[in-house]
Amino acid sequence: MSSEFTKLFELIVSASLINNFVFTRFLGLCIFFGVSKKMETAAGMSITFTAVMMISAAFSWVIFNYVMVPLDITFLKIIVFIGVVAGIVQASDTIMRKVAPGLYYKLGIYLALISTNCIILAVPLVNAGEHYNFIESLAFGFGSGIGFALALVIMASIREKIELADVPAPFRGLPMAFVITGLIALAFTGFSGLITL
Amino acid sequence: MDTAKKEHQLIVSVSPHIKSEETTSRIMWSVNAALLPATVMGAYFFGPRAVFILVISIIASVLSEYIFQKSLNRKVSVNDGSAFLTGLLLGMNLPPSVPFYIPIIGSFVAVVITKQLFGGLGFNVFNPALIGRAFLLISFPKLMTIWKEPTAAFIQFDAKTTATPLGILKEEGVAKLMEVFGDNISLYTQLFVGHRAGSIGETSSIALLIGAAFLLYRGYISWHIPVSFLGTAALIAWIFGTKGALFTGDPIVHLFSGGMLLGAFFMATDYVTCPSVKKGQILFGIGCGFLTMLIRLKGGYPEGVMFAILIMNCFSPIIDRGFKTKVFGAKKETKESKK
Repeated sequence: MSSEFTKLFELIVSASLINNFVFTRFLGLCIFFGVSKKMETAAGMSITFTAVMMISAAFSWVIFNYVMVPLDITFLKIIVFIGVVAGIVQASDTIMRKVAPGLYYKLGIYLALISTNCIILAVPLVNAGEHYNFIESLAFGFGSGIGFALALVIMASIREKIELADVPAPFRGLPMAFVITGLIALAFTGFSGLITL
Repeated sequence: MDTAKKEHQLIVSVSPHIKSEETTSRIMWSVNAALLPATVMGAYFFGPRAVFILVISIIASVLSEYIFQKSLNRKVSVNDGSAFLTGLLLGMNLPPSVPFYIPIIGSFVAVVITKQLFGGLGFNVFNPALIGRAFLLISFPKLMTIWKEPTAAFIQFDAKTTATPLGILKEEGVAKLMEVFGDNISLYTQLFVGHRAGSIGETSSIALLIGAAFLLYRGYISWHIPVSFLGTAALIAWIFGTKGALFTGDPIVHLFSGGMLLGAFFMATDYVTCPSVKKGQILFGIGCGFLTMLIRLKGGYPEGVMFAILIMNCFSPIIDRGFKTKVFGAKKETKESKK
């Protein structure tokens, strides 16, 4: 029992810090750079993203193991997972418009962009590839979401800090964001080798 | 205007009215001076080659800052000593056997990418010297992990390669460390004096402590970060230091080896990249100590000080936000006032 918990804990830590999708695999960068200008949108996006990630990991696990494996159509997993993710994002889009309209307008186009985010597709694919069970898939989705949230919050705080800095003109805005991401990634390599799954 | 009249003149100026002798350049040059004992010990143990590396690193840092600022028509600020300090710290963090182009690449990354692109001194998010070193470690992993045995004789050209104490601890355990250094006492003295393999400026604990005492005495660094950093690391080393047994680890070996002292006193306390609120600094120090020991005991690298400080640098804007002091007279924001 305790070894299972250890495995889950390691999965979450590994997905959020050691193999952080943004800083070690450089996935999901469009949203990452898009909403990390302000802390408020970054925090909102983090919560939405983690929730969508877990729900889509759960749904795609069920569909993969109970529909695609019995029918032997696992080669279709990319297309099917994109469909599942898009459906869930559309649902969360509608819910957010009713529940938190302010945040909905701040996130703007990026909410719809979640459906084409690389991380949200990568998580079900990794889950399917590694044959994680249901709980492990959820843990992996949760860890990835937390990792993305962490990346967003760090990035937003740094970008807000250097907003008034005298950055050379060609580097203002997005180029500087890429430089910062590279430097954070450099710092995060310190975690490498911490947990080997 | 006669002098009598001038003396009675009232000076009207805008605030702030605080008068202090302290300037950025004075503090920077003081830190450089505080690093002098450790530099001298490094030169003594690792010979002329180490001196060359330090000099090249400093010249490359100052030159890259000068060229960058000149070419962008900015005010050239090499006299404030910060580029000199970056170069010195980077040089002190390099193994004494690296080829001479290594400190040049490192200095460029440190000064131009980590500091000047962010808008110069005061805006950089990461410690420049540490980013320089991390960049070198990842780009040239082989060159950056060849350690020379200290010779203690200034002119001796063929030095043996050997492993650092932390490297031995990581690969072969405590028993091997004792075998190499003899007994406990001789291990502690060697670590204290600095007669061990390691980066140029990090080996001599006593020299680093002298420099740190000078900075603390002058009030240029406060105790918050070093104490919380070293305290956390010592506690974790004591509890989890030995595999399989709790509360039997040896904190002294961990504190006096690797770049622990250099990092805790000279690099984590960098004004720009650590949180500015005191409570936040304590949290920052605890985070550094925890991550250092996590990487040393569990991670893939034998030494974790550099990565720990860099990772905590990422978090320091958030820490500052969390411990924001209340503005005098400000009212707590309520739901009504928001609407």
